[in-house]
Amino acid sequence: MTEVIEKTIFELSSPGRTGVTFPDPDVPRAELPESLLRADLPLPELAEVDVVRHYMRLSKFNYSVDGGFYPLGSCTMKYNPKINEDMARLPGFAFTHPLQPVETVQGNLALMYTLQEWLKEISGFAAVTLQPAAGAHGELTGVLIMRAWHKSRGDVKRVKMLIPDSAHGTNPASSGMTGLNIVQIPSDGRGNVDLAALKAACDDTVVGLMLTNPNTLGLFDEHVEEVIKIVHDCGGLVYGDGANLNALLGIVRPGDLGIDVMHFNLHKTFSTPHGGGGPGSGPVGVAAHLAEFLPSPIVGILEEADDEQPPLFGFIEPKRTIGRVKAFHGHFGMLVRTFTYIAMHGPEGLRQVAEYAVLNANYLLARLRGTYRVPYDRICMHEFVAEGRVEGADVHALDIAKRLMDYDFHPPTNYFPLIIHEALMIEPTETENKDTLDAFAEALIKIAEEAKTTPDLLHAAPHKTPFGRVDEVKAARELVLCCWLPENYNK
Amino acid sequence: MTYIPISSSEREAMLTAIGVEKIENLFKDIPARYRFPDLNLPPAMTEMEAAVEVGELASGNETVRDLVSFLGAGAYNHYVPSVIDHILRRGEFYTAYTPYQPEVSQGTLQATFEYQSLVTALTGMEVSNASHYDGATAVAEAVNMAYAQFRGKRTKVVISPTVHPQYRAVLRTYTQGMGLELAGDDPGADLAAGPASLRSLMDANTALVIVQYPDFFGRLYDYTSLIADAHAQGALVCVAANPTALGLFKSPGEMGADIVVGEGQPLGIPLSYGGPYLGFFATRKQYVHKMAGRLVGETVDNRGQRAYVLTLTAREQHIKRERATSNICSNQGLMALAAAVYLSVLGRTGLRQVAELCYHKAHYAAAQITSIPGFQYCFDTPFFHEFAICCPRPVDEINAHLLEHGILGGYDLGQDYPALKDHMLIAVTEMNTKDEIDALVEVLSEASHD
Amino acid sequence: MNIPANLKYTKSDEWFDPVTGKVGLTDFAQGQLSDIVFVEVVVSPGDVIEPGKTIASVESVKAAAEIYSPVNGKIVAVNDALSSNPETLNSDPYGAGWMIQVEGGDASGLMDAAAYEKYCEERAH
Repeated sequence: MTEVIEKTIFELSSPGRTGVTFPDPDVPRAELPESLLRADLPLPELAEVDVVRHYMRLSKFNYSVDGGFYPLGSCTMKYNPKINEDMARLPGFAFTHPLQPVETVQGNLALMYTLQEWLKEISGFAAVTLQPAAGAHGELTGVLIMRAWHKSRGDVKRVKMLIPDSAHGTNPASSGMTGLNIVQIPSDGRGNVDLAALKAACDDTVVGLMLTNPNTLGLFDEHVEEVIKIVHDCGGLVYGDGANLNALLGIVRPGDLGIDVMHFNLHKTFSTPHGGGGPGSGPVGVAAHLAEFLPSPIVGILEEADDEQPPLFGFIEPKRTIGRVKAFHGHFGMLVRTFTYIAMHGPEGLRQVAEYAVLNANYLLARLRGTYRVPYDRICMHEFVAEGRVEGADVHALDIAKRLMDYDFHPPTNYFPLIIHEALMIEPTETENKDTLDAFAEALIKIAEEAKTTPDLLHAAPHKTPFGRVDEVKAARELVLCCWLPENYNK
Repeated sequence: MTYIPISSSEREAMLTAIGVEKIENLFKDIPARYRFPDLNLPPAMTEMEAAVEVGELASGNETVRDLVSFLGAGAYNHYVPSVIDHILRRGEFYTAYTPYQPEVSQGTLQATFEYQSLVTALTGMEVSNASHYDGATAVAEAVNMAYAQFRGKRTKVVISPTVHPQYRAVLRTYTQGMGLELAGDDPGADLAAGPASLRSLMDANTALVIVQYPDFFGRLYDYTSLIADAHAQGALVCVAANPTALGLFKSPGEMGADIVVGEGQPLGIPLSYGGPYLGFFATRKQYVHKMAGRLVGETVDNRGQRAYVLTLTAREQHIKRERATSNICSNQGLMALAAAVYLSVLGRTGLRQVAELCYHKAHYAAAQITSIPGFQYCFDTPFFHEFAICCPRPVDEINAHLLEHGILGGYDLGQDYPALKDHMLIAVTEMNTKDEIDALVEVLSEASHD
Repeated sequence: MNIPANLKYTKSDEWFDPVTGKVGLTDFAQGQLSDIVFVEVVVSPGDVIEPGKTIASVESVKAAAEIYSPVNGKIVAVNDALSSNPETLNSDPYGAGWMIQVEGGDASGLMDAAAYEKYCEERAH
């Protein structure tokens, strides 16, 4: 018999209860169009206190950055400053409508314009759009810009996107959505893009290369300039996946390296919270030759400032825009958080972010390389990938990951990147202290010991969490995807 | 200021463990000529200073609280009960990642499962995903799904010109490389004709027909027979719905829709200058394998406890890569939680109450405005909380006049529809009092004979 | 690992029965994919296929794979029962788990059971 730990909001419902009520209409009631009315609205009925206690109980089942160390490789789970939350909720921002006349929202537009300028400066690009809603959305935007640029030059035979084998799945998916063919480029023995394979793939049908640098092994490509040159020499463009920008703030600007277009993940690099899966925010920066293809609109100055007046900000449509990728202006609330974060850090603070992110990762690498094999073992950037297996023990990366939960740590990303067998991808971020890193390293070392002495402890882990391992096969085969079904409501 | 909790002595100990002398030495892979650029950014502020600076920007705006707002067109000024943000501000929710580790993510997973359940109940559908970026991209994802369902063999999408202009714009962008024909995306079409005018565009090559409910002009149509006709051609039908309207009016599921999407912002999400919002997406169970986006399913853990987990993940880009229906990775997790809490505290009576208030107030406003000489209804069709009015003068002039009186006027339809020059789209919600509506009418009367 | 001697095999882990003309996914492949939860056969009777053409798409709890035709020929039947019982591919890959039946398929160029077994061993970690 299945035990129910927390009932669903539908199971908690009791007819006649209400949470929020509204005033009676202060206008005459109009006639309702009977034929269009719905017979029943099968929503739950609860008091506010029922709802609060329910979601409070649910919240306690979650691991979070506020609660502990979250070294999830590729995800940059850094601490989310509390001030960001207060700023995004200021009534002056929260109660502005996206279609208000620009004269009434100069504060919003000044913030967006300034943020565009700051992101340009941080990344070395000539122009930035804030519209994309997430990293993958930024990728789609970037790929569409690359296509549009080739097309504008009458170069219509380019149909191939080159993607390293260590890339995030979003790279091929974003390219695939725009009808491009994917050509996978292998990594060499040091984790760099294999130059020979890249050269062989480069011809006049290449749209470009999607490059994650530092790559998903946490390594900065040692030949990055050559990689970019090879692609440019065949007429292609280079897309930079900005997922790992946290390692580069104040260290190097992707635009300076010759990258043509890149997305930012504001929810990774610039501390906007992950929200249990989103919202993210994925602005895109481009070099000068791609600026006129950016999605419209972007924020510009409509009237320059003079002695008496500040500038008038408004929206500008780039000349050969690919069009809109989203309604309205992007995830504005995330832009406020990012603005606040950058303002507090300044140039030195941003550089420290990258320096300490890299310091922390290398420190963990130094502490763990004696226990877990690191297949590409050199100075890493903000993250590194170890193999989640222990010589002579029958355990997998998954078991190690689950056992870490018993030590009250969130596991690293596992089984990614795909090119590493039993990958454990560890990204500590700069917002963790040495004590936490030491405790984490010691837990992993102890788990390696347990793997040899008591492997079943790992196989059955976690033990101390509110829930144990779940049956994913049952979930996928029986497919119960909602607790409301027409036939069993009000039964 | 930074949030780095490492002292200089700890840093030195760590560098020793790594075996390098200083932090700079960790960056030798970076081409020297570009290494350590001087960033031209303002110097760092303390939290106290930043709060003042950002606060000043916020006070540089006039808000829908400072002004009386009749602006809608896809984003609506509704009351957001206090309880929602209290739950959203739980660090356990907003600082968690995607629930890939179900043992320590049951809070997010169950809340998302409940969100999915609430969306299916509201839309009358069988399956909802864990959400898309917004209403516009949810429409684009409906096209992706239909395209995948027919394996690219049907290459036409019929979209009503009365779907939100920005949603249509996004769809045009998304489909640039797909080789699809978009039929019906014509702002010059006969806008009074209603959904019947789409029939002639549907054929055996049509993958999807897209309509909006209520449409961009606030009009309510029963799409049942249009949907039946589309099905007769083998096409799927997507209805982009306003979720508040679904508190009162027939669900698209009842009409036979295959996909129901929409902008979830009215469900307890602040206007926040356009985002983050919530794209909801619901469909029939038979299409679930072609649906994009995250999905939570019920299961059991190894202790016999009911539990939830992300399911059918092999559909998604991180496994299926370029063969996935979409590249989407994130969902609007926290916004979906907001919608779940909103629908839970309003419940079956509260949501209907909000919908009725919107309806009655909008109809009162419409009746009053059309009694002013020179202002007329544009369409003779039932509407929900938004309506198009033909004005005696250009809308921007009228709106400038309204703004002088502290009123944020309606959306200028002439921007998107040449035939609707001098037409204003006015939205009224439960937030507008009778006094505010009367004030609007008074200023409009002045404006009509200035 | 079950590798029937009467069948022929591809490097992408499909089997072909030269006698019946049936095509399916090998036991090795189903084991690698683990629990299969979705199968979509993307060709229909009457379609003419060639080696390398996608005939089906398979998703398990953890992975996704395309299934390619091992041979030339004309499809005479597809196994419609699979879509509602995808787990058949795990439980009976060479029997009830067949995917399509082809007329005129030529098995030359495909591996025999011994060669395929060796090929699988090379890939096992």
